[in-house]
Amino acid sequence: MSVFVDENTKVLVQGITGKEGQFHTRQCVAYGTPVVAGVTPGKGGQSMDDIPVYNTVKTAVQETGANCSMIFVPPPFAADAIMEAADGGVELIVAITEGIPVMDMMRVKNYLKDKPCRLIGPNCPGIITPGVAKVGIMPGPIHKPGGPVGVVSRSGTLTYEVVHQLTMQGIGQTTGIGIGGDPVNGTNFIDCLEAFQGDPETKGIVMVGEIGGSAEEDACEYIKAKVTKPVVGFIAGLTAPPGRRMGHAGAIISGNSGTAEAKLAAMKAAGVHVSESLGAVGEVCASVF
Amino acid sequence: MKIHEYQAKELFRQFNVKVPEGGVAFTAAEACEVAGGLGGYPVVVKAQIHAGGRGKGGGVKLAQSAQEVETFAGEIIGMNLVTHQTGPEGRRVGKVLVEQGLNIAKELYLSILPDRATAKNIIMASEAGGMDIEAVAEETPEKIIKVLVDPLAGLQGYHLREVAFGLNIPPAAMKSFTQLLSSLYRLFAQYDCSLVEINPLVLTAEDEVIALDAKMDFDGNALFRHKDILAYRDTDEEDPLELEASKFNLNYINLGGGGNVGNMVNGAGLAMATMDIIKQAGAEPANFLDVGGGANAEMVENGFRIILSDPNVKGILINIFGGILRCDVLAEGVVEAARKTGLNVPVVVRMEGTNVEEGRRILAESGLDLTTAVDLKDAAGKVAAMVS
Repeated sequence: MSVFVDENTKVLVQGITGKEGQFHTRQCVAYGTPVVAGVTPGKGGQSMDDIPVYNTVKTAVQETGANCSMIFVPPPFAADAIMEAADGGVELIVAITEGIPVMDMMRVKNYLKDKPCRLIGPNCPGIITPGVAKVGIMPGPIHKPGGPVGVVSRSGTLTYEVVHQLTMQGIGQTTGIGIGGDPVNGTNFIDCLEAFQGDPETKGIVMVGEIGGSAEEDACEYIKAKVTKPVVGFIAGLTAPPGRRMGHAGAIISGNSGTAEAKLAAMKAAGVHVSESLGAVGEVCASVF
Repeated sequence: MKIHEYQAKELFRQFNVKVPEGGVAFTAAEACEVAGGLGGYPVVVKAQIHAGGRGKGGGVKLAQSAQEVETFAGEIIGMNLVTHQTGPEGRRVGKVLVEQGLNIAKELYLSILPDRATAKNIIMASEAGGMDIEAVAEETPEKIIKVLVDPLAGLQGYHLREVAFGLNIPPAAMKSFTQLLSSLYRLFAQYDCSLVEINPLVLTAEDEVIALDAKMDFDGNALFRHKDILAYRDTDEEDPLELEASKFNLNYINLGGGGNVGNMVNGAGLAMATMDIIKQAGAEPANFLDVGGGANAEMVENGFRIILSDPNVKGILINIFGGILRCDVLAEGVVEAARKTGLNVPVVVRMEGTNVEEGRRILAESGLDLTTAVDLKDAAGKVAAMVS
C-alpha cells in the first residue's frame, strides 16, 4: 500500500520535449514508472523515446488512459498547464515547475476547488512510492521500498537528506511527498497526514517543514486531533533572518509569524518527536519507529 | 521586489489613486524647486529608502518655508538613516520626496496582499492609521478589518462597502474612499503585487481620501510580465554581495551578522538547515547560498568568490545532496574554483547522492587541502572546530 501513487498510476508528462522534461521522464521510466504519454502543444504525433506526444491533455488521456500528470512547463505557462490537466480528467497533477507567480497559483487553487483531482506542488520534487513509481525529480536509489514510514516535506534536497538518513538506518518508506516551497500550493501537510493515517502499511510519519506561513502549525492541530501514528518532525530555518525570502518563495518570516521557533513549539505541543538538528533525524526516527 | 515611495506614488497617480502633490529630489536645491511648485507651505520632506520607520529615525520633516526645505533636505540627503527595519548599520539616503502638507482629519490604514492560507487576496484596513500595524494586530486585533476577495471573481461592490463602513468613513467621503480602494485593487492585481500598503491613508478636513504614504512590493516570479516595473529597481538599496550574486543566478543572502562560516548548498531547504546545523555546532553562519539544481562549475566558482569576499568568513562548508546536480560536476567546480581563487580558508566538503564516489575521487586526487566529511553532523563539527 501507499498513498496517491501506486501500481495503477499511468503518467503523462506535460512539457515532455523540453530539456528538463526529457531528462526526468527518462529517469522516471528507468525507475519503472509507467509513462504512457507526453504533451507538447504543436508536437502532437511525434514521440519522445517511444512515448507518444499529443497536442492536448484531453487527447492524451483519451488515447492512453493516463491518470497522472507530471508538469515541467515553464512558469509563464504553468498555471494554464495545471488547469488543462484538471479539465482533461487527470486525477493526480504533480507540478514540478518553480517560479509560478503567486496570483496564478491563487487562481489555480480556487479553480481546482471543486474538481475531482489532486495537485501536488508546484515548486516541488514530486512524489515517489519506492519500488513502484516515481513521479518527480528525486534520486530514486536513496529510497528503500516497502515502508513503514511516510515522508512529507516542503523542500527538495532537504527531503533527500532525510530519506537518505532513513534508508541508512534501515527504515524504508511507503510514499515520499514533496508538497513544494511556494506560498500557495495544492496538497498540504494535512492532506498527506490524513492519507498516511489511513494507509495500513504506513506505521509512522516524518514531517519536514520550514519557516514561513502556518501550514506546520495547522498540521499540528490536525495531528493532535486525528493522527494516532507516531510523527517525527524537523523544521529548517532557525537561523533565518526575518523579512528575507530564503530561496523558496514561501520561506519568509513576516513580522512575528512563520518562525521556526513557533513551528517547533507547535510540534512539541502536538506530541511530535522533534529532531532539532538535521544531522540527527535518522537517529530520532530509529528510536521512534 | 521593493520600490520607493515616490515610485509607488507614480503608479498610484497612473491608476487614479489620489496622492499629495509632490516630486522627488536628489539635492537640496532640487527639493526647494519642487517645494516652490507646490503652491504653499508647510511641505513634507521624506527620505526615500526601502525601509519603514523613517519618521522615528529622523528621515521625515515638516518644513514651513523654502529655507527649512533646503535645510532639512540637506540634512536628510546623504544621512545614514537607522530605523527598526534597516538594522543597526542603517541605510544611506540618496533622495527625498517633497510633498504638500495636508489638512488631516483622520489617519487610516489600508493594505492589500495575497493570503497564502486561503489563496485569496486580503484587504486589511484599520482606523488605527499611522501606527505600526503589526503591533495593532497583536494588541488590538479587533481594530483590524479583513475582507477576502476571490481572485477568480474579483473585487465586488460589497467588499468596498464592508471596508468603508468598517472604517466609519463619513458619507461625504464615501465616494472618494471606494473609488480609491477599487483603483488600488486594480493596481495590485494588474501588477502582481505581493503588498500594497498605505499607512497612513488620510481623510482630510475637506472629506477627501488621500494616500499620504505608499509602499509596494512585487512578486519576483511575475516580473517577467512587468518589464516596466524592473526600471524601478534601485540597486543602491541592495547588499553589494547579493547584487553581485544575482548577476550569476546565485541565490545568495548575506546574513550580515558577522558570521564566520560561509556555506554553499544545493536546494533552499537544505541550505537553511545547513545554516542551522553550523550554528548548532557552535559557529555562526555567514550566508545563505543555494546554487540550485542546475549549477555548473562557473556558478560554483562565483559562489566561492562571493563567499570569500566577506572578510568575516574563516571557513567554508560545502553541502551537496546530489540529485540533478551530480557530485562529480560539483567536485570539478570546487577544484576549479579553488585553483583559481586560491584557498585562504579551510573548506569542508560533504557530498552525498548521485555519482558521489566519482566526486570524492576527484576531490581526493586534486591535491587540494580540502577536508571531507562522512555526514552532515561530521561536516558541521569539523568546520566549527576549524574556525574556533
